[in-house]
Amino acid sequence: MSETRQECRFCAGGCGEQAKYAELDTVIESYKDREGCLIMVLHAAQEIFGYLPIELQTYIADKLMIPLSEVYGVVSFYSFFSMKECGKHTLRVCLGTACYVRGGMRLIEHIKEKLNVEVGGTTADKTFTFEVARCIGACGLAPAIMIDDEVYKHVTPKYLDEILAGY
Amino acid sequence: MADIALKINGRQVTVPEGYTILEAAETVGIEIPRLCYLKDVHKFGSCRVCNVEVKGAKALQPACMVAAANGMEVFTNSPRARRARKVMVELLLSDHNCDCLHCERSLRCELQELARQVGVTEARFEGEQNFGGIDVSESITRDMTKCVLCRRCVSACGNIQEVGILSASNRGFTTEISPAAGLPIGSTNCTFCGQCTVVCPVGALKETSHRERVWKALANPDKYVVVQPAPAVRSSIGECFGMEPGEAFTGKLAAALRRLGFDKVFDTNWAADLTIMEEGTEFLTRVREHLTGGKSVLPMMTSCSPGWIKYIENHYPDELDHLSTCKSPHMMFGAVIKSYYAKKISKKPEDMFVVSIMPCTAKKTEIARHEMKNDGYPNVDAVLTVRELADMIRDAGIDFTALPDEQFDDPLGLSTGAADIFGITGGVMGAALRTVYEIITGRELPFPNLHVSPIVGLDRIKEAFIKLDNVRPEWAAAEGLEIRVAVTSGLAGAKQLMEQIKAGTSAYHFIEVMGCPGGCITGGGQPRSKDVTETRKLRMKALYKEDEGKKLRKSHENPDIIAFYKEWGEINGHASHEYLHTHYVPRGIYNELTDETFTVRR
Repeated sequence: MSETRQECRFCAGGCGEQAKYAELDTVIESYKDREGCLIMVLHAAQEIFGYLPIELQTYIADKLMIPLSEVYGVVSFYSFFSMKECGKHTLRVCLGTACYVRGGMRLIEHIKEKLNVEVGGTTADKTFTFEVARCIGACGLAPAIMIDDEVYKHVTPKYLDEILAGY
Repeated sequence: MADIALKINGRQVTVPEGYTILEAAETVGIEIPRLCYLKDVHKFGSCRVCNVEVKGAKALQPACMVAAANGMEVFTNSPRARRARKVMVELLLSDHNCDCLHCERSLRCELQELARQVGVTEARFEGEQNFGGIDVSESITRDMTKCVLCRRCVSACGNIQEVGILSASNRGFTTEISPAAGLPIGSTNCTFCGQCTVVCPVGALKETSHRERVWKALANPDKYVVVQPAPAVRSSIGECFGMEPGEAFTGKLAAALRRLGFDKVFDTNWAADLTIMEEGTEFLTRVREHLTGGKSVLPMMTSCSPGWIKYIENHYPDELDHLSTCKSPHMMFGAVIKSYYAKKISKKPEDMFVVSIMPCTAKKTEIARHEMKNDGYPNVDAVLTVRELADMIRDAGIDFTALPDEQFDDPLGLSTGAADIFGITGGVMGAALRTVYEIITGRELPFPNLHVSPIVGLDRIKEAFIKLDNVRPEWAAAEGLEIRVAVTSGLAGAKQLMEQIKAGTSAYHFIEVMGCPGGCITGGGQPRSKDVTETRKLRMKALYKEDEGKKLRKSHENPDIIAFYKEWGEINGHASHEYLHTHYVPRGIYNELTDETFTVRR
């Protein structure tokens, strides 16, 4: 059950999954016999694949010869691990008090409509994962948004369009 | 080891090094209130109910985790310790489904008892509650509205059985103990051994009840209801009625079953003797083939324990040829009742209702398996655990302790001592060897009192080597052969022996596996105990005493078995193969090789 995957489990092929599994195998091989290696392996797997779907957790459980429930327990415990596919960029609209009163909700509605995505979801082209932040500590810049580590201030729907066009 | 001297509640206590505060307190009769700690099963410090005050320590200390130390001064009942543990219990209750009147653990619930003990009289903390759902499989019901997150089940499943179905998922307030990805347990590689149901302190993990099924059949005048208790049931049933473990109550058990209204009270022991005839013969056939250069698969492995069967089907689906094809004794029994016996009493199979009283939860799944049918009818219709039977006896108003000793009914009630030991690790092998050795050599098994001493006891893996010499002429090929047998109980041991088989290094001819540590005496359907190690020893003693008390000690000497085969046909013959033998299902660890699941839709 532990041989390297020959083909992708998620698509018909041509997505480079094979190379990803090979990379993960190298990581697993190097950590395998270390006590408490699961977190390190999961961390690497998320780096490589972007997220940790249950199929990937199963693969890791088999390789490390530990129960799937243990892998799932750790993945579901740490908020850093994601079981859903994330976009290339994380788009966060601040809904802290200041941003909220200065039009944060308007930005939310605008993004929902423009990118056709719900809060917590990822756009169809996998460019953005859309999240809401609870105060990013930039109240003087309200309403603010963040894309990955970049903060944008005094955002209006029109300005937002310009920002998004840059990604 | 050096002794440790400390003071507990002002009393001088001396204990060996390594004792925890909780264990040290017990030596002087102080039982510190606790919830999650369970001797030899779970020591984790997750509930913090056993917090005590230790002089000089800033915070309260969990007595189950902290080692007793020289000069330590412990206060288990100081105002601070008492207040803390009461708050701890109140907080546990604030997120617990406290509908005790409708809970089968009521009056036998450790949380309820604890709440009484620490003096909880009101629900002080009311707030949000995180109740999980209810998940029903053929064997095990998970009522997550009652889970207290003690994690005893996680220890039993992961550390003791090394299967690891149950684990904590999510975090903080949303933590839940569940199979991976919240899957229903019936769709996982759970073996349904039920060890989790034995250790659960509350009503969160329990057997899926068949009591109503049985009451309904008993009340149906068109059904001929036959009951059979497994060997290990007699070793533990008394405990449900306040008796100390260590004594078999076979006579009272038969009497109680008769008073419940069963039409016939037979004994699975009879079928245990039958199993030895079938399984012993199968083994001899495999050995003979092996000796004459045939391709028989060895080691042969016993197939009486349905938890073990599910385990090998999930984890070693390529090795199923090692299993004996024999059904487990109670399934053989059901098959015989609905064919041979029904005909004898001029009944049709559909008129018969067979109830098995089992120390086991996996048996409930076993009777639901597709292949456990003959002539279109399931071999067995209901399985009651020992706990369920005790509830029914109480429900019927029967005073168990006052019952007279009665006998099982004829002709499927008589058994030899070999059958009694089926309930203990090493017993099936011991019973098989009593018969097999005698068939090959014509002499009695050369062990004092017929006990194969190397495979008696509670070690995880035991082995015995038995030399065959001066064999009967028809067994000339076996002259000088040393039969190598191994015995294990608990799935961690099974894993060890299976890895040897997988690697091609197994040195044995015959292996006995029982899914639960110690065997059926401490199976998943047995009464719960605060000290499982001690209880296991005592129940073992009780069954060996039953064995030794019988005039007939070898299955092939059972006159009812001999008479049965005269009508039934050959051992391992055509009828046997159709009714008494079975096949197995490769499942794979994620059940990827089969469509069959054991989830019950409600």
